[in-house]
This record gives sequence, structure tokens and C-alpha cells, in this order.
Amino acid sequence: MNRFSGRGLIETIDWKLVTYYILLIIIGWVNIYASIHSSEPSSIFDPSCRSGKQFIWMAISIGFAALILFVLNPRIYESLSLPIYIVTLLLLIGVIFLGTEVKGSRSWFSFGPVSFQPAEISKIATSLMLAAVMSQSGYRLGNLRNFLLTAAIILVPMAIIVAQSETGSALVYVGFVFMLYREGLSGWLLFMIGIAIAVFIVTLTISSYASILMLAVIITLCNALYSDRIKQWFKVYLPIFAVLAGIPFLLDWLAGMTDNPGAFISKFRPEYIICVAVAVSLPYFAYRAYRAASPFRWLSIAAFLIGIVFTFSVDFLFHDVLQDHQRKRIEVLLGLKDDPSGVGYNVNQSMIAIGSGGLVGKGFLKGTQTTYGFVPEQSTDFIFCTIGEEWGFLGAALVIILYVMLIWRIITDAEHSREAFTRIYGYCVAGCIFMHLFINIGMTIGIMPVIGIPLPFLSYGGSSLLTFSVMLFIFIALVRNEKRYF
Amino acid sequence: MKLDRTNKFLTGLAVAAAILIGKLFYIQIIDDSYKTDASNNSMVHAVIYPTRGIIYDRNGKILVGNKVAYDMLVTPKEVGVFDTLELCDILEISPEFLKEKMDGYYRDRRKIGYRSVVMLTHLPPEIYMRFAEVAYRFPGFRGQARNIRDYPYNAGGNLLGYISEVSAKDIENNPEVYKAGDYIGKTGIEATCEEYLRGEKGYNIFLRNSHNRIESRYKDGEMDKEAIPGKDIVATIDAELQHYGQELMKNKVGSLVAIEPSTGEILTLVSSPGIDVDILADIGSHYREIAENPYKPMFNRAVQSAYPPGSVFKLVNGLIGLQEGVYTPGTEYPCRMGYHFGRNKLGCHDHRSPLNLEEAVMMSCNAYFCYVFRDILENPKYGSVSEGMDVWNRYVRSFGFGERLGSDFPSELGGTIPDAGYYDSVYGEGRWKATNVISLSIGQGEIGCTPLHLANLCAIMANRGYYYIPHLIKGTGSVSIDSKYYERQYTMVDTSYFPALVEGMYRAVNSGYGSGGTGTVAAVEGLDICGKTGTAQNPRGDDNSVFICFAPKDNPRIAVAAYIEHGSFGARWAAPIASLLVEKYLNDEIGENRKALETRVLEGNLMDKVKPE
Repeated sequence: MNRFSGRGLIETIDWKLVTYYILLIIIGWVNIYASIHSSEPSSIFDPSCRSGKQFIWMAISIGFAALILFVLNPRIYESLSLPIYIVTLLLLIGVIFLGTEVKGSRSWFSFGPVSFQPAEISKIATSLMLAAVMSQSGYRLGNLRNFLLTAAIILVPMAIIVAQSETGSALVYVGFVFMLYREGLSGWLLFMIGIAIAVFIVTLTISSYASILMLAVIITLCNALYSDRIKQWFKVYLPIFAVLAGIPFLLDWLAGMTDNPGAFISKFRPEYIICVAVAVSLPYFAYRAYRAASPFRWLSIAAFLIGIVFTFSVDFLFHDVLQDHQRKRIEVLLGLKDDPSGVGYNVNQSMIAIGSGGLVGKGFLKGTQTTYGFVPEQSTDFIFCTIGEEWGFLGAALVIILYVMLIWRIITDAEHSREAFTRIYGYCVAGCIFMHLFINIGMTIGIMPVIGIPLPFLSYGGSSLLTFSVMLFIFIALVRNEKRYF
Repeated sequence: MKLDRTNKFLTGLAVAAAILIGKLFYIQIIDDSYKTDASNNSMVHAVIYPTRGIIYDRNGKILVGNKVAYDMLVTPKEVGVFDTLELCDILEISPEFLKEKMDGYYRDRRKIGYRSVVMLTHLPPEIYMRFAEVAYRFPGFRGQARNIRDYPYNAGGNLLGYISEVSAKDIENNPEVYKAGDYIGKTGIEATCEEYLRGEKGYNIFLRNSHNRIESRYKDGEMDKEAIPGKDIVATIDAELQHYGQELMKNKVGSLVAIEPSTGEILTLVSSPGIDVDILADIGSHYREIAENPYKPMFNRAVQSAYPPGSVFKLVNGLIGLQEGVYTPGTEYPCRMGYHFGRNKLGCHDHRSPLNLEEAVMMSCNAYFCYVFRDILENPKYGSVSEGMDVWNRYVRSFGFGERLGSDFPSELGGTIPDAGYYDSVYGEGRWKATNVISLSIGQGEIGCTPLHLANLCAIMANRGYYYIPHLIKGTGSVSIDSKYYERQYTMVDTSYFPALVEGMYRAVNSGYGSGGTGTVAAVEGLDICGKTGTAQNPRGDDNSVFICFAPKDNPRIAVAAYIEHGSFGARWAAPIASLLVEKYLNDEIGENRKALETRVLEGNLMDKVKPE
């Protein structure tokens, strides 16, 4: 026995998690082999091809995992979280100036044949930092100082990563919201973020008129639900909104009736009606809020006004803040622009590859789409295409279910943990993996924009595999440590 | 509360997974469209191009055939290291051109993927053979044989039309048939008979394995399709005659049309200046030159230009007058250097007076037909000149004037024949008289007809009263033409009135020099050519020279109309040209006594008289 007392080393490890992990990396390895397997077949172990390299990285990752499980004392993470976090931030900033440029963004450090992305490490560092800060006694998310500190821990690395033009990697940080929610973040805040996203999409796909109308419907409906006047809402508000919704069509029709292109009617925009309606009705609602002395109503009015400002600035945001390639990706996703050989090409080809797999797939190494190079980046960001094509719906669904089981297990482990540090860190890991999973697979099947982030454990790439392995095994080590003593 | 939130997470996780799996289920199992796309990617359809139909002339000579040329294809993904200069040397291209192309492929590499792209077209076999010997040194480059058009005769450039790569619009209109890179007839017979000529593409289906190699025939070729060659077309054109006509019309602006009266088949149709066939073969590199040529060689004057017909139109007025009974062939009218009305006069040349109908046709007397025309309009049968005008209009239209004849030229235009309504709008209703429009009697004024109309008029004279719609494509066993081309079209004038005018036409040509006949230059011994000259005013300069003639007088075999812009009198250019064409057709050669005339015509150059627009 070593210097630790308590239960044995082996029996306290969460073997289920380890099994899921091993299964996933093997699936990844095999499919990397399949996806680059082309005119000159070579051994899956050949270190000159990607599957061979991945095998080396798998060995290294498992070595690190063993190191974390059996050598390092799990208690060091809490105390080391701040130095790790600061070093990571320095690396993140440093890479902007010192990194090598890959595909238009400076986010990689190269040391000879090995290169790594500080953005990957920063996921671990941020998770540890969040766990350390939020597990301190007396921490309350409701406290403004604590809340701002937490927000800063997340937003600072996120901002630096955006500055590296790696918006995709930054998007993963949204995954921490799940952890925040678990730790008591107001559901309303999440709700509002959701509405903001909906307004963004509706404004771009339909019109600002439609999104303001949607906003009004949601807010009045919430008010009605809150004050239990749902019947009145259906009687009064719904007809009004129905009429307002018809106005753009009416205007279109009227404009079509006149021949004069300069006619007043064709210059008249439905947004003007909204502006007038708002200007007229707001004092009335403000008066009612004042009479009822209801802060909820005041908040609703404020939210509505903010929403209008947001709607009108979305256009500006979209056209002036976002960069060209990001805008194009969003446009393709929302169906605003259809260009099968441009940005949409990747998605189209990947959907063809997956769709052609059918129920049981074409069989190992029998895929025709992914191996011809129809699907770009097929061993990294589009690895799921190979799975979908060669293993079909059954294989692809199985992989998703495996992920779900992994994340589920992490959440239940975290929930059973008695230490806040372990729990918070666990939710961070679950959130990160989930974001990667959903964005990556969503992208390959056309329900998310093309955002170049890897599929955890499966995609080719040592930097990503090692990071996720370390991230996961720190959690396994933390959990095991608790089990040994409690 | 705590547990509640955890459950929400787990539910959310399950929902997210369900969304992903649901979409997977949709694209992998429910929606078939992704599967067909994938089979397109993994099955290789090797297209077999059909040979395009051949266009023959009426005597079985090939007007348009096929020959082989090569396209140079590049598969950028397979291109390795190669000797750039050697390739340039072989293909006779400049290194800059090659570099530009290769840079372009690199830029579009994502779009191109594993496909091949066409780098050069129309490589002659000699160059291709030189390449083929050393092709192994240039991986990724290969040649593909392609049939291109071949023109054994320099005849009928404007009639045959050209083929070129399909436009985006062609593909859109007919996506089943055309794919990018296919060829389509753009003008002329190539366009009108595209449906027959193109044939049907076939394909061999091969399966590609996951190593991107062609593995086998798909289902042992069971699903393959043979290419069906295009159907041959027989044109009514006489290749030799067409060529001769083009030679005669060289350096003149105008048209020369010959019709076989007994069928309506067009023997020759020249629009000059026109397009030589060697330009057709490689139209792409001559676009600019053609577009910038002030004489508009693509413009088919013979069916698209509306000209005043001049004196040849007297035949029509003469016939209408006879049918309307306003005079008889024996009626004599005086001519005192023209037709005098009020203080005005429509001038005529010096000839004896008075004349009867035959002599008036023979000497082309203006005054005679002014009397006739005026009597048609002022016929007491019809209450007013206006009424008479409309009757006249209906007669003229029955000769095919004033509207499209319905030939198989898609670009044919109809010309104009005025009616009472037209003059009402010019002068005011009822405020014009027969004398206002008297120039119509001699084919001047507000009258426009195409050279094809005139040739058709000539065919009507030859047939003594009817015509077949002129056409270019012969019906054969495999290619059928509209039944309208087999139907006689009668004019509103009874056939019994025609011989008198035909006799006049005969005398105009065959009365001998000095007799007063206007077309004696066209006489050929033994051919009995009947003709009518015309001299049409052209506001841009010298008069247009017009001549229509048919031969022989009995059972005519050819009816010709020649219209030479700025050719002065009808007898000066149009009559020699038309008669030489008739002589060539009927005698196969030009008689010794007419060699000098032929030389004058072949060497004649009227281009400097023409002011291009």
C-alpha cells in the first residue's frame, strides 16, 4: 500500500468512464484510417500516415492519463489552478505574436513536428479556475462581485481567442453556461439569451418587423402568464398581433397595385407602424406598470425596448462586426444564400456522404465519398462523415449514444461528488464536450454553421486528443480521490 | 431544486441527442436525394458522344460533315512534375498561357476536386499525335477525341449556321439533353434541325471503388446506353450552284435567291457579304471580327432585309388589274416620258408609245402601270379609293408579300405592304387620293419585301399562278417536314391571266439588243429565259439593281431573284448575275459568248458604293 489509506487504487476508478473513453478513441482511430485510406493502402500503424500518428498520440494520451491517475496528487489542481490559468492566458496572448499562421489565424505554437493550440489548454485552465473560485466558501453567484469575477474568468480567454480569429473555439465557452445554471444562474438570463439568438435569426431571415413582433408576442405572453391573465391575452393581444402580422403582406400588395415606383406606398416600411405603435402604447403600459407597482412589468418594458435596439443593431452587427467568412457561414446555415460549391459545398458534400450511408453503411473502408476527397478535412473536423457513410445510421447513432452516456456519466458523477470543486469541474467538462459534440456533428449534418472545431476523442489531431484526455482524466482522478476517502 | 436542475440537464442532453439522431435518421433513411447524389459520385458515367448528323445538298454532296479534333483535358489533382516548356512546345501554346491556366486550376482546386477540366479545344490530330507519343511524361493531361464540323464546300455559310458550346440558358431550357460542354446548333440549319442532328448521348457506367479506381462495369453494362447518332439532313441547296452564286455575289452587297418553282425548294440563297465556312468551323475565335464588320456578315439579307421591289412589282399590279377587269392585255396606254397627273409627273424613259401590256412589261413602262394601278384604286365597284386600296392589299398579300412566307428560316421577316389604314394615319382619314400613292404602281414607296419574296414572285410567274412555300430542308424518310411545304398556294389572280405577262417577260429578255427590251443582257441561247428588270430607288446612293427571271419558259426549272444594292439599273448587275446563275444551273457551264460577261461580274466590285450603317 502507498501512503494513502482508504480503498484500493483500481477499484475506485470509474471504469465506465474509462471504457467509454477507450471506445471513443478507438472508433476515432479506425475512422481516421478509413477516411484517409485511399489509392495507396498502408498499415493502420504506419507512422507516416495519419492513423499511425494518431496511434502515437493515443499512446501518449493514455500515458498522461496514467500519470494523472496514479502519480499526481489530485489535490494539486485546486492550488495550481491560478498559476495554470495565468500561464494559459500568457500563452494565448503570446501566440498572437509568436504563433505560426494556419488558415488565416494565428493560434498555433509549433515546435518542430509538434504543434499545439493554447486555446485547447485554456479549456482545462478555465475549468479549473472556475472550479477553484466557485467552490470557495461564501461564494454566491447571486453576489454581483462574484458574478462579475466568474464572467471575467470565462470572457477574458474567450475574447483573446476571438482576437485570434478562432471564433469556433471561443463558442465552446458557451458550454460553461450549463455549469453556471447548475450553480444557480437565473433561468431568466438564459431565457433572454435564447430570445436574443432567436431575434438575431428572425431578423436576418425574415425582417426586423417580424422579430419585433415576435418579441412583443413573447413579452406580453410572459406578462399574461406571470399575472395569470392568459384568457385576456388570447382575447385582446392575439387578434392585434394577427392584424400586425398581416400588415407587411398588405403593404406588398398595395405596392404591387401602383405603377409608380416612387409612390409613397412603396417607400413605406412596416417598421414605421411598429415605431408609431410603440410610441403610442408605451406611456400607457408604463402608466399601468406604475399603477400596479409591478417590477415585472417595468422589466418587461425595458426588455422590449432593449430588444428593439438589439433588433435594429443586428443588421449592423451582421454586416459590420462579423467577418466575411463568418457571415457567409451563417448565411448558408440560415438558407439565405445557396452556394453548393462555396461555403455550402462542405456541408452539402458531408450530408451526401452521411446520407449515402443508409441504415447500416457501406462497410469499413468501403466509403466512396469520404475517401475521394469530396469531403474536405475528413479526418479532422468532418470525421463524422466517415462514420456516417461507412457505418450508416446504426453506427452514427451508436457514436452519439456513446457520447451521451459519457456526458451523462460525468454529470451523475459530478452530482454525486461531495466537493464543490469536483462538481463544478465536472460540469465544465460535460459542457465543453457537449458543445464540441453538438456543434461538430450538427455542422456535418447541416443543422449548425460550419465551425471548425474537432469532435472530442475522435477527430485526428494530437493537440485536441491530448487536451480532452487530460481534461477527462483530471475529472476521473478527482472523482476517484473522493471515493477513496468517503 | 438541485435535483430538478440536474434532471433538466439530463433531459436537455437527451433532447439534443434526439435532434442529432433525428436529423441523421432523416438524411440517412428517409430522404433519398442524398443517396442518388452519392451514386453520382461513386458511379462513373463515361459519356459516349453521338456523331452529329451530316448535312447533304440536294445531289447527295456533303455540305457539312464531321472530322476529329482533340480537346486537351487536365485533371489538376493528378498533375505531377512535368517539363512545362516541352508541353508548351508540343501543344504550340505560350508558357504564360499554361501558367495562367494552371494557376486558375489551383485557385479553383476545391471546386474542381477530382474532376477533369478542358484546357484546350480543337487541337488538330497532328498536334495530338505528337502529344500522345510522350503523354506518359505528363501525368494528369490527356486528350479526348471530339467530332467537329467539316465543310468540304465553301457554300452556304449563312444557311448552314454554326455549332458552339451550349449556353447556360440552353441548359436551363433543356436540362435533360444538354450538359455543360455539349455543342448545340446556334444558327441556320444547325439550329433549326438541332433536334435531328444532335442524336442521343449514350454512356457506359463504371463503378469506382473506394480507392478511386474504376473497378468494373456496373451490372456488366446492362444499364449502359448506346449513343444514337444524329439523323442526316438533306438540304434543298445545290452545293455547286450555291458556291457559284457566292462567287458571283463577291464584293457586292445584296442577295441572290434561286427556287425550284415546281417544289418551292431553295436551290441557292446568297446573302452578301456572308460568312465563309472556314470561319464557321472555328466561330469562337472570329466573334469579334464578325461583330465589328460594318457589313454585318451574319445578317441574312435574303430573308431579313425589306427593300422596295422596284419595277418587278409591275407584274403584280398588272395581274391584279387583269383580274379586276380594269383593262385587258390589249389595252394601250400612252406614255409621254412619264405619267402626268395634275402638275406632277412620274417620269419614264424614252420608248415608243402607246404600248400594250406585253410591250409595257418588256420595256418596263412606268406610265402604263400608273394607269392600271390608278384604275384599280378608283374602280367604281368599290366606293372609295380607300376601299380599292384594301382590295389591292389583299391581292398583293395573296402573292406572299407583306408577311412571312413561312419558310424554314427562323429569322425570316415579313416586309410591309401598306393598306388604307396606313395612309389614313399618314395623310388623315380620306385625305389622300390614288395619285398620292401612285409610286406603288412601280414598286416604290411604302412597300418593303425581302429578296425571298421576289424569288417567290418569280416562282409564281414561272408556275403561272401558284407557289410552294420556299424551304431549305428536304423531307426524307427519317426527317419529315411540315405538310404545308407540299401544298400549292394560289394567288387571288386567275391562272389564265398569267401567260400575257409571262410573254412580256420573255420578250423583255429575248427581243434582242435595241428592241427596247430591258433585260436583253440576260438572254442565253436555247434557255428561253423570261425576266423582269427593276431599278429601285435607294436614298443612300445609287439605285438598287433588281432582276427576277425563270427558265425555261415552259416547265421552268429555276426561278431567280437578284437584288444588288447600289447596282444601278436592273440590267447592269442583277440581270447578268441572275442569268449567269440560271445558265450555270441549266447548262452546267457558261457559254463562250458569255464568258466576258461572267468575268465582268466576278471581278466587279461595288463595295465602295455602299456606305455601311
